[in-house]
This record gives sequence, C-alpha cells and structure tokens, in this order.
Amino acid sequence: METLEQTNKSFETKSRTFIYDGSFNGFLTAVFIGFEQKMSHADIQPNTSVQNGLFTETETIFTNLEKAKRVWNGVKNRSSTAIKNIYFAFLSEQKGIEPLLYCYIQKLMQCTENNTSNFTDDCILKINQLAHKVGREKHRMEAFVRFQLTKDDVYFAIIEPDFNVLPLVSKHFRSRYADQQWIIYDAKRNYGLYFNLEAVEIVNLDLQNTFANSIHENTAFKSEEYDYQQLWNNYFQSTNIKSRINKKLHTQHVPKRYWKYLSEKKVS
Amino acid sequence: MDYFHNMDYFHKFGIYTTIMNFERTKEKLHILADAAKYDVSCSSSGSNRSNKNKGLGNSTGMGICHSYTEDGRCVSLLKILLTNHCIFDCAYCVTRKSNDIKRAAFKIQEVVDLTINFYRRNYIEGLFLSSGIFKSPDFTMERLIAVAKKLREEENFNGYIHLKSIPGASDELMYEAGLYADRLSVNIEIPTISGLKLLAPDKKHEDFLKPMFKVKNEIIRYTSEKKIIRSTPKYAPAGQSTQMIVGATGESDKDIMYSATHFYKKYNMKRVYYSGYVPVANDSRLPAIGTQVPMLRENRLYQTDWLLRFYGFSVNELLNDTHPNLDITVDPKLSWALRNLNLFPVNINTSDRQMLARIPGVGMRSVHKIIKARTFRNLNWEHLKKIGVALNRAKYFILCDSQDWERKDLEAEQIKGLILKTSSGKFRNQYSSQLSLFN
Repeated sequence: METLEQTNKSFETKSRTFIYDGSFNGFLTAVFIGFEQKMSHADIQPNTSVQNGLFTETETIFTNLEKAKRVWNGVKNRSSTAIKNIYFAFLSEQKGIEPLLYCYIQKLMQCTENNTSNFTDDCILKINQLAHKVGREKHRMEAFVRFQLTKDDVYFAIIEPDFNVLPLVSKHFRSRYADQQWIIYDAKRNYGLYFNLEAVEIVNLDLQNTFANSIHENTAFKSEEYDYQQLWNNYFQSTNIKSRINKKLHTQHVPKRYWKYLSEKKVS
Repeated sequence: MDYFHNMDYFHKFGIYTTIMNFERTKEKLHILADAAKYDVSCSSSGSNRSNKNKGLGNSTGMGICHSYTEDGRCVSLLKILLTNHCIFDCAYCVTRKSNDIKRAAFKIQEVVDLTINFYRRNYIEGLFLSSGIFKSPDFTMERLIAVAKKLREEENFNGYIHLKSIPGASDELMYEAGLYADRLSVNIEIPTISGLKLLAPDKKHEDFLKPMFKVKNEIIRYTSEKKIIRSTPKYAPAGQSTQMIVGATGESDKDIMYSATHFYKKYNMKRVYYSGYVPVANDSRLPAIGTQVPMLRENRLYQTDWLLRFYGFSVNELLNDTHPNLDITVDPKLSWALRNLNLFPVNINTSDRQMLARIPGVGMRSVHKIIKARTFRNLNWEHLKKIGVALNRAKYFILCDSQDWERKDLEAEQIKGLILKTSSGKFRNQYSSQLSLFN
C-alpha cells in the first residue's frame, strides 16, 4: 500500500510545473516550496521560456526573500562549496538547469556527510563541471574587458559573455578601479554595472551605436582614447615573436567570439 | 570645468605629456617592447597588494592574462625595456653593444603614464620593467627603482610590478627595489659557467648571483620580522624568478634541470623559466639565424619542472647519467613510468596520493577528484573517464573496479607504440619519421 501511495505521489508531483521570475531568489523560493511539498522532482522553469506539457498544472512562484534566505542558509551551513557551485551553475542559464539544481540540493540535504565531492554521481559531477565553466568565463571577463574613456570621464566597456557572469565580476572591478567611474555593459542580456565612485548600481542603456572595435571612431569617446588604443595595438604586435607563431594556441586562449570588443584585435 | 581644474585632470591622468609626444612614444614603445619580448616571464600571480584609500589597482594571488600574442604567449604585463642602450656584448642578446639596431630610451614619466593608462583600460596587470645596462649597473638599477617608486608613491598604484635585478647592482639598491616591486628577477640565461664564459665574456657568474642572494635573504628577513611587527613594509611579495636559454650552447636537459633545481632549492625561486633560443645573431658560437626554435624541447622541460614542483618527483628520477636528455616523443612522466613498469599497475581505489600522482595521464586535479570520489564507492573505468583522466595513457598503468586490465603482459616499447598510435601530439610532425606527402 505504502509503495503505491509513494508512486502516486511522485506521479502527481511530476506533472506540476513551477514558474518563477528568473531571479536567483525566485529560484530558491521555488526550491523552498518544492521541499515544503516534499516533491521528489521539481520541474522549475523561468517565466521567460515556459514549456507546458498538455496535462501539467502550473504554479506561479512569487519570490519571497525570507524563504530564499532559508534555502541559502540551509545549503551554506552544509557546505560553502555547494552554495558557490549552485550560484555559479545557476548563472550558466542552461536550459533545464533548475530541476538539476533541485536534485543537487536534495542530495545535499539528504546526506549527513558532505557529498558535494561525490564525483561518481552524475548530477553532482554535472553541476560541478557547469560551475567550473562559469568560473572560467568569469575569469575571462576579468581579463577581456576593455575600457574606453568617454567624454564624461567614464570608463566604458561592452561584453557579450556566454554566461551571465556580470554579478560575479562586480567585486573584482570595484576593488581594482576604486578611483575611476566605470560601466561594464552586457549587450547580450541588456544590463550593465555602473560604478559611481561610491557604489555599483545596475543600469539599462539604450545603445544606439555599436561600440565594437571597428576602426570607425565614435564621438562619445575622448580623442586620446584612440591614441592609447593605437599604442596598445602596436605593443601587442611588437611583443609577438614571429618565429614562434602558433595561431592554434592563440585562438585556444582567446576564442574568436571574444574578438569583437578587444581593441588589440581591431580590424582595419 | 574651469581651466585649472582641467590642467589638474591632465596631470592626474598623465595624458598631457603623452599627447605631446605621441608619435615619438609610439616609436619608442615599438623598439623597447620588441627588445623585451625574449624575456618569457609574464606571471602576475603570487602577490597580495590590496587597494587602500581609493587608490588604483590591486593584485590578488591569482594572475590574469589579459591577452595572448599570436605565438600563444600570455600578455599580462606591459613588458618593456627602459632603454636598449647597453655596455655589454652578450652574444645571445638582441641588444648587445655590437648589434646595429635602433636605440631608444624612455623617460621615467613616459613609462609611468603608459602603465597607468594601460592599466586603467584593463589592458594589463602591471609593469614588467627591464633594461639594457647603461653607464653602470647601479646607475641602471636606480632608474628602474625610480619608475616603481613613482608609480607606488605618486600614482597610488597597487598593480603588479616586476623589476629586473641588474647583475652587479649593489645590496642597498636591491633592498630598495624590493620595497616597491612585487617580483624581482635576474636571468641567469646560460645554464653552465663554461657557456657563460664563451658567450658573455665580460659578465661574471657571481654578478648574477649577488642580487639573487640579497633578495633571497631580504625575503627571509621580511617573513621573520613580519611575525613580530605586522607593519613591516612588504618586500617582493611575489618572490623572485630567473630564466635560462635552451638550445644555445649545446647543454643537456640534465644540465638545465639540475641547475634549475639548484636555484629552486638554494635561492627559493618562485619560478625558473626556460626560453627556447630564438636566433638573433650570425655568430659561429650560436645556432644560425633561421634555425628552428626548440619549442618542443622547451615544452618537455616545463613538464619536467611541473613534475618536480607539484608531483613529488625528484630530479634524478627523471634525468640522470643514463638518461641525460628527455624523451622528445612522450611526456617525461610517461617516459619515467615506462622505465619503471615494476611499480605498476597502481590500484586507483587504494593507492596513496603520491603514487596516484605518478600515473601517466592523471593530473593533480584528477588525483584530488579520485581521492574525494573513492570515499563514496570504488571507481571504475567509466567514473575515471568522466572525472577527466586521460585514459589513453593511464589505462596501461592502473587497476580499478573492473575485471579488465589493459596492460596484461605488454612490454614498455609495446605500450609506448600503442599510446603513440592512438594519440595525436601537437608537435608530432616535428619528430615523426614518416614523411608527410602534402606539406
């Protein structure tokens, strides 16, 4: 009898879909509700790309900071690696990441010992690898951001990262460029960070012009900006040793999709 | 913005001077970056300088490579010479006295401006400043220090600074250099004393060692004083490094690695760099211009260096009188394993960390994962593959939770043949005896 009840239960829960607002706190709220209702699987989807099954029942999740915080703290008390992995993997924005993360959190909470390093478990390994990928993208953005100085003394950069890493790089740039105003704008996700010498705020801009590294100069920038770009470009050429050329290694380190905003890769 | 405010702004960002001499600066940068590129060190890691009082920049333990040149090398620091005027005539060096090339020299302010403006645009992690030796070693060292001092004290710059220790510079100057620089380095260049006599007759071996020794002692002094007085000023927090040229004087891999080990042990080097010699002179003592750069050999030396520093190997296991040179066709760990088949197979589920690290195709990252994962269950081939072990090499050397054991009774030569057959090395065309038809 008991087993039947269990199967029934899981059948019921399987066909329920949680729709959340796409924010990390929204996701954590959904996890909270999933746990509250003792769901063994949770089909959690962001409201931007909902795919309904024919007979699925959908439930809209309203972000609740209190509930989100409880999940955050619950996971963090178990393992600080886990909370980092979850946040990083979440920012990968991969389709279907939410149910996988739900399963990860479940496994973490079920176990008395810390099983975040059980690399024989597919779900744990997968989250680990995704978090690693996002971490690499974060590191790349710390390297590949190229600021251009605007006429109103703001250092301005555009990026188009594979994953949503802007929240992760904020601290790095804030502590590094504490005495200059800067904007890093994610053109793919259409939001940016603006540091006003005091704090970082989120901005949405209406970018009319393209600011890619074309040879066309943009009037938004100071004229000496282009002098420095030229100096940097020349430096980049001079420091290359021609008899050691290795283009394959070069593109492996600087994949072509990033060239668009790199001033040393300016196309003439 | 009023006029004075404006001028203030220009001074603050150093734009004023640079605009005035833009074309000249461009030419100097070209000459002096070109001359500095043979120094392979580009590391910007290992330091710890935080941004205080809203200054500019910070350096954390992790370095950042902001770009890569077309030869695949990392661009992390603005790497330039202060000048390429030099009173020495070292045969292997492009800025040697007798070489007929354009000479140039940066003003101190020019280097400061370039560094600050590149840094603010997130092009670089900091400055790598070297120099030809003009007038005297001390005179040159003083100029290098002046740049670093200005960056730290006037520009409130907390980015990374790597200064060259000029061979023969006085102890007082080496002490001062360490107060502003994150890393100091002096390039030994030629791994053997006889080679140095041949190629750089006016330089003395001791001149290289003296600044190295001073820096080492200062770092030791700093670490011990720091424990008592917390405010002891930082001294070269990222340590010191050196570089050796490979393939210029006919030295063996054993010569190179034994002398590298000596520097690691005796001088607490953070890094020893190996630089495949790029022919820059028509000199009968050296490989002719146009000779191929020994990049594969360089690669094998770095692999050996890593095995020594991170994998617990000692140098005489990898190189000794019977094996004075590394095997070019396979990596040094595999080569060692093939000579020591009696130590294998290793059981993945029971062996200790040290032995796991010695399995070909298993890196330190995999070792870590294996040790963590095997506490949950015994690992099989599938698990190892997913973890990221290079099974094409590793499978001949391990036992795991499976009936299959790949090596069976294969001989070393057979294993090597099988591995080479099933893998594609990036330098394979350089040593393949098979003629390729179309290139």
